[in-house]
Amino acid sequence: MYILITYDINVTSTSGQSRLRRVAKICENYGQRVQNSVFECRLNEAELLKVKKQLLEVINMDMDSLRFYRLGDNYDKKVQHMGAKKTYKFDDAFIV
Amino acid sequence: MRQMLNVLFVTKPEVYMGLQGETIVVREDNKTIARYPLHNLEGIVCFSNLGASPALMEKCVQNNISICFLTPTGRFRARVIGETRGNVLLRKKQYRVSDMEERCLDISRNFIIGKIYNEKWQLERYIRQYSLRVPVEEMKLASGRLSKYLTEITESENLDQLRGYEGMAQTVYFGSFDPMILNQKSDFFFHGRNKRPPEDRVNSLLSFAYTLLTNDIATALETVGLDPYVGFMHQDRPGRASLASDLIEELRAPIADRFVLSLINRKQLKSNDFEINENHSVYITDSARRTFINAWQKNKQEQITHPYLNEKIPWGLVPYAQALLLARYIRGDVDQYPPFFWK
Repeated sequence: MYILITYDINVTSTSGQSRLRRVAKICENYGQRVQNSVFECRLNEAELLKVKKQLLEVINMDMDSLRFYRLGDNYDKKVQHMGAKKTYKFDDAFIV
Repeated sequence: MRQMLNVLFVTKPEVYMGLQGETIVVREDNKTIARYPLHNLEGIVCFSNLGASPALMEKCVQNNISICFLTPTGRFRARVIGETRGNVLLRKKQYRVSDMEERCLDISRNFIIGKIYNEKWQLERYIRQYSLRVPVEEMKLASGRLSKYLTEITESENLDQLRGYEGMAQTVYFGSFDPMILNQKSDFFFHGRNKRPPEDRVNSLLSFAYTLLTNDIATALETVGLDPYVGFMHQDRPGRASLASDLIEELRAPIADRFVLSLINRKQLKSNDFEINENHSVYITDSARRTFINAWQKNKQEQITHPYLNEKIPWGLVPYAQALLLARYIRGDVDQYPPFFWK
């Protein structure tokens, strides 16, 4: 199942800066960064719970926000990319 | 059935793979050029000369992600395997079976029956689909001879006899291989199998496909808890995944041969996708290798109904399904190993 994770971290304080870095790091473990605070991930239910839990431990509920979008299994038809920042498709062969 | 995950192919010769958190990071000249979360991967095939960090290897071994190193030309170099865990009882049983000539014969016979059946089917498919473009009479004759070998094999009394029939069947099948190349005939031809090094384009494609397939099979065997290095038909030899070599026999035609033929016949590869060296060895170029791998992965995602399990699975899981059935046979859950009969 494909999940889109987006976040907004309030960075006015120094602790905000560190939360932002930690949130980004967790997201990078689970998916690919498609824009600055937007991640696309292919996860199963268990993995989704794991990311959620890890992220909730980091963010400040009063200042930051997190959003999870479920894109289902048919990711190809739902996402269109234009412009810079090339991304990979999860179903394609990963070739470097 | 297990979910099929992605395989990462590192085809650039000068890149290094490291670990960062739960992701693999691929670096070239100290610049990160790609990163993938490890939970989307089931294997890494690396053609690079620089290799991978021990931390990454450890993580992969823990998470059952296979790492296989090949030379930039695609020859097998090494596989990373971790601590041997899993089912000790199953492995011990496998070793015992491999020492019993009688049992080895029983199971090898099924490998070869599967192999010849699938080769025959490969010919039959071309006879049916391209009746105007292939020499039908000649191929029908070959197919008939393969049928004859199939019945003879069921009566073979020892491994040497079995290997003899296999060899003869192989000659018949490869004798009809060239007619199945329908397009680009002046550049792609097959006059017999040669390897190390491959001497023509078709052989170099076959070798490459077999390498990838063997690796998939060895990984599948390890996943179900079998030792890929202890075979029944192929004699044990240090460094050879004998059981993988056994199991590949029945899957060569439906997976590798069919794939290579379609690459040529659909003109996905052209004559200039190959480099011919001074010693007449022929290898595919780097850019063509990407085309090859991309198509290979796409092919793995195509669905079939497994003839024995009666379940819809992607082609990529066929080696895994067969490994599972083999483990069941060794454990004694079924009294015969059911080879994969292509339909």
